[in-house]
Parts: sequence; C-alpha cells; structure tokens
Amino acid sequence: MQGLFKLSRGIDRVTTAIGRAVSWLLLAAIVVAVANALARKLLGLGSNAWLELQWLLFSAVFLLAAPWTLKSNEHIRIDIVSSRLSARQRAWLDIAGHILFLLPVAALIVWTSAPFAALSIAQAEGSSNFGGLPQWPLKILIPLAFGLLLLQGLSELIKKVGELRQDGSPP
Amino acid sequence: MTAFIAANMAPLMFAALVAFLLVGYPIAFSLGAVGLLFAAIGIELGLFQPDFMQAVPERIYGVMTGETGTTLLAVPFFTFMGLILERSGMAEDLLETVGQMFGTVRGGLAYAVIVVGALLAATTGVVAASVISMGLISLPIMLRYGYDRRLAAGTIAASGTLAQIIPPSLVLIILADQFAQPVNLMYRGAFLPGLMLAGLYALFVFAVTIWRPDAAPGLPIDAIADREPDGSRGLGSLAVLMVVSITIAILAMSGSGISGPDRVVLTMALAIAVAFPVALASRLYEQASGRRLISKLAERVTFVMVPPLFLIFLVLGTIFLGLATPTEGGAMGALGALLLAGVKRRLEGNPDRLNWTLIRDALERTAKLSSFVLFILIGARIFSLTFYGVDGHKWVEHLLTSLPGGLYGFLVVVNLAVFLLAFFLDFFELAFIVVPLLKPAAEAIFRTSAEAVALAKSLGLSTALIGGKEQVLDVTPFVVWLGVLLAVNMQTSFMHPPFGFALMFLRSVAPSQPYADKVTGRMTAPVTTGEIYWGAIPFLAIQLTMVALLIAMPSLVISGKQVDRGAVAPAAIEQRLDGRGISLPGTPPPMDGLKPLPPGTPAGPSLDFSTPPQL
Repeated sequence: MQGLFKLSRGIDRVTTAIGRAVSWLLLAAIVVAVANALARKLLGLGSNAWLELQWLLFSAVFLLAAPWTLKSNEHIRIDIVSSRLSARQRAWLDIAGHILFLLPVAALIVWTSAPFAALSIAQAEGSSNFGGLPQWPLKILIPLAFGLLLLQGLSELIKKVGELRQDGSPP
Repeated sequence: MTAFIAANMAPLMFAALVAFLLVGYPIAFSLGAVGLLFAAIGIELGLFQPDFMQAVPERIYGVMTGETGTTLLAVPFFTFMGLILERSGMAEDLLETVGQMFGTVRGGLAYAVIVVGALLAATTGVVAASVISMGLISLPIMLRYGYDRRLAAGTIAASGTLAQIIPPSLVLIILADQFAQPVNLMYRGAFLPGLMLAGLYALFVFAVTIWRPDAAPGLPIDAIADREPDGSRGLGSLAVLMVVSITIAILAMSGSGISGPDRVVLTMALAIAVAFPVALASRLYEQASGRRLISKLAERVTFVMVPPLFLIFLVLGTIFLGLATPTEGGAMGALGALLLAGVKRRLEGNPDRLNWTLIRDALERTAKLSSFVLFILIGARIFSLTFYGVDGHKWVEHLLTSLPGGLYGFLVVVNLAVFLLAFFLDFFELAFIVVPLLKPAAEAIFRTSAEAVALAKSLGLSTALIGGKEQVLDVTPFVVWLGVLLAVNMQTSFMHPPFGFALMFLRSVAPSQPYADKVTGRMTAPVTTGEIYWGAIPFLAIQLTMVALLIAMPSLVISGKQVDRGAVAPAAIEQRLDGRGISLPGTPPPMDGLKPLPPGTPAGPSLDFSTPPQL
C-alpha cells in the first residue's frame, strides 16, 4: 500500500503542476482575442488562424486542468443525497464512482481517441476553415488529457481506499 | 426482456440518467458513463453498429472547436474579468459611495445594494463577486443600523444574482450555445427584463419601508462621511452634475438613430464622459486653490462610476453596436479590468489592487471553472450521442408536444419543471441537460401551434402556409424569448434554499458568531442560516412574477424591429469567424457557419428536425 500512496502523490504532483501551468494560457488567449479583434476592426486583418489559436489555447486549458480539478474535488456534483451520508459512505460512493464511471469512460476515450489523433497526424490534417491551423495539436490533446484523467482517477481511488483502511472515520 | 429494453431504450436511459446523477458523483462523468453504458447495450442489442463508439472523439473534438458556432470561449473571459474586479476592490468602492448617496433615505442601503448589484451585473457575469463583496461590506452596516436581517440577506443574495440575467451573463452565453442562437440576440432580449427585475426588487424594498418602516431604517446623518465646509452633504451639487451630464448625453444621442439597449448603454457612457472632466477639473482646481467646483460627494460618485461604466461600454457597447463579437467583448473586458486595476494601483500606490499573485489566483480559478463547465458539456454530448441514437429526442418531443394547452401549456409546464429542478440542480446542469431535451419540442411548438402563429402575427413576424397549415417562418425570436424566460427562472437556482450558490456565498461571509460592532461596539447577534433562507423567499416570488409577466407580455423580449436589426452584423460575423460547417455523425447539422448572411436576414440557425440524425 505504501508504494501505491507514493504513486498517488507522484500523480497528484504532476497533474497539479500541469493544471497550474496551463492556467496561464488563458491570459495568452485573452491577449490573442483582443489583438485579433483590434486587427480585424482597425486594419482589416482578422484571420481564422488567430481564432483557432484561441480555441486551441482554451481547449488545452480546460482539458489539461481537468485532472487537477478532479483532485481539488471541484467537478460539480448533485449532493442532495450524498450530503446526508457519513464520510465513510461518501468514500464508498466515490470509490464506486471512480471504478464504474470515471475509469471506464476515460479509458474508452483514450482507446478511441488515440487512433483518431494518430490519423490526423498521419494525414497532416489541416483546418476546414480558410487559413486555419493544423488540427492535429487539438486532436492530440484528447488522448493526452483523458490519459492524465485516468491516472488521476487511479490516484483518487488509492486515496479513498487508504481513507477507508484507516481506523475510524476520516475527518 | 431484451425486446422490452430495445423498445424502451429512451425512457430507460432517462431513468438511468436521473439515478446516476442523484448518486452524487461528479455529473460530467456520470453523464458520460450513462451515454457509454447505453451505447454498449445498444451495440449488444444490434441497435447500433459496433463502431458506434468511434463517434465519441468526434464529439469531444466538436466541443473543442466551438462547433455550435457560438461563444463558449467567452465563459473564461468573463469569469476572469469578474474575479479581477472582485479582487481589485472595485465592488467595495462602488458600495461605499453609492451607500453614501442613498444612506439617509429609508431603505437606502438596500437600494444601494440593488443599484450596485445591477451595475456589477452589467459589467461582468459572475454572481460570486457581487454577493461576497456586498455580504462583507453592506451586511455589517445594515445590521448595525437595525435592518431586518432577512430583508438584508435576501436583498444582497438576490441583487448578486442579477449578474445572471443582465448581460453579459454566463447563463445567457451558455443558453445561447445550447439553443444555437447568437449570444447577442439573447443579450438584447434579456436587457430590459434584467433591469425590470432590479426595479421589482427596489419596489419590494419600498413596499417594506412603507409597511414596516423599522425593517429598513435610513442611516443617521452622523454615519455619512463626506461633508461640505457648510455642513451640508453636497447632494445639490451632485444632482446638478447628474442632470446636466445626462441631459447632454440624451441630447447628443437624440439624432443618432440608435435605439433599445444600445442607446441606454451609450447614453450612460456619454454621461460619464461629460461628468468625468468636470470632476477632474474640480480635483485639480482644489489642489491648486483649495476650493472645489463641485461637492466632494459629487466628485467621489463620478470617479467611482467611471470604471464600471467604462467596462460596460467596452463590453456591452461594442457588442450591441456590432463592433465586437461577444467573445471579443469578453476578452476586451478582461483586459480592460486588468488595465483599470493597474491604474488604481498606480494612483493609490496600493499593491493589493493588482499583483501577480492576484492574477495567478484568478487564472487558476478560471481554469478550474472552465474545466468543470466544459466537462459537463463533453459528458452531455456523449450522453446525447446515444440518446439521439435511440431516438430519445423524439420521445421527449412527443411527451412535450402532447401537453394540453398548446404554446402556453408548454411554457407553464416547462417553467414549473425548471423552477422545481432548480432546487436540486444548478444552472450549468439545467442548461446542459434540460435545454437540449427541450429544444426540438420547443421549436416544433413555436413553429406550428395555433397560439404561436397568432402571437407571431401580432408581433409582426412572418408566417406562411406550409402543407396547408399556417406556420411561423422564423422561430428565432420565440427561442430567444424562451431562453430569457429560462434565464430568469434559472436565476432562482442561485436563491433556492438550501443549495443556492448565492445563499452559500452569503453564508460564507456573513457573521456566524456574535461579534462586537466596529463602530458602536454593541454585541451583534450572528446571521442565522434560517434568516438567509427566509430572506430569499420573497425574491423567489418576484422571480416567478417576472416569469409570468414575460409569458404574458412577450413584447418585453421580442419585437420584429429589434430582431431584424440585432441579427444582422455581429451575429453574422460571429458565425462566420467562430462557426464551422462540420456536420458530425449523430448531430443535427450545426448552423451553416461559413456562409456570411446577407444583411436583413434574421440569423436564425437552419436546423432541420424533421429528419433524424444519421448514425
């Protein structure tokens, strides 16, 4: 079990670092959006590449910050039932959710999106918009993000099982 | 057994969705799990091809490219902007000054809260910012002077939620996305109802001051800080400055041919542009000669109104005038907020106004919020992939279109359902799960029901005989109407005890222990959670009144003229630049994004629900 805890801490460190780092891309997206708006209005120079860059930045943020959001327990839940349960019962509920919902969904998406991204790289897929950016960086983000989410799910599972194995109810 | 499952996939899936969501696991993953579970069952039963799952990455890719052609990208921009405003103390400045203005009037602090709530709402789209700052600043003052605690708490929570209905609200952006309508039309439609709501809140406070004067007393004159040398408060000077600058603004706008929300926003911006140099001159003159041109209060009010009105102009003004798309407006607002905070830091030499820690914190909170919002959307798209695959949308459409009472029966049932669901779900959940289920039925009813056709005629919208039956040609105005109705209704999800976000935010900042008042030194009892809950009830009733009012008077949201004007320039630009004409498997075709619309054409999406999506 100690080895697993170590693994869990390692995963948490990596996903937190990634999440905090990609947050800064939002500032870049804001600057790009303003620059594009001004260039379009004042100089008539708007382009689809600049628009697609904003989506690329934003996608990187919300996808790669997802494992960190999971770790901070900030993915929203409907807590009308779970708020009435004891801490132990909630831990069981999370374990069941991780095993039955999160891990299979993340694994399935990694499994289906990896060939999806690979095909895009192989074809050097371009944008369907005139003057747009290559699409493979966007498509690579999907298996990458859900792979990290899968790891984070494992880490959460380890932590919850650890919680239950401790004597008494965790705080 | 298998025959039963195969025949009832849609209702079973819906029941599973409710059960999975109620368990209390993060809904993004619960939604995805229901979708994939039923996809697996469908493949097993031979309803789907074995490669059905291959469509999932396409769905996620669609979310990442803004496939519906609208502006989810604006969500992080407006969130970040709201956080910067919250941290840099703009809300505090406003509250203190507006409180001074209204202070001695009976119910004055409550009016100040409503005015500041509306101003902040028009600046940003985030509820937390206003509720927290008003709870921290106004609540202790209201308690000090003996306001009814329930009234104080309710007014603060409700005024904070104005951010969700007055543009540029996040709710409107997400509803526009889910209804596949241009955000800008939703903004126009919600502008007047949003202001009316603020008016109704104020009316309620007024009624309380008549009925129970001691529930909302005016402040004693000693509690007001700024005084002129002669002991007066300088209200006369403020009134003159306001009247003059607003009159000049109105006169300047009279020949412009601009009407509606654009005109309101521009008039306010012009008025402050007139007042600002006067206040600045007065300040400089005072530094030079020791005397002022206008009263201190007038000067202070002017200075404090500049940042919000500048931001409102920068965001709403440019969006309404068609200079910027809502996404660009959001980005400019975010940069503008940073700029204002930087100017404040420089002027006051106060590093708390803006620093890297503050920016990092705001960025990280925005990143997490974007992540959970977009993951719900991803989960909902995976769910709908399967749900549409088993014709779930037709099942729901059939249920809803067979309601008695036609158009009005539909609206009443839908709004009651949303009101009740709002006790348990917050607006993200409502918007991403409920709205896609409603949309096909809503469009069918708006197109063909007898009431809708009659209403369209009375509003001057075009109808035509199609297949021997009279139909509404363009349902866009009706969809926007429904969107605004739902937005007003979903505002209650922030105020419903016990899970309403606004109530929880207020709880987190309201005193929960007895404390000694900072000014009087008197021991003050804490605000109980029960008081916060009870305080919200009258405002929930006001929301429902507003929903009823909007159902009875659709012209508050739609008028033929407004629709035509609003749809042309910015909407077309947004579609051309942000939209993409990719048709995904399992999706109804998105709006024809790459084709610029000729001027004068309403920019309604050409969704065709008569044919099932191909899988």
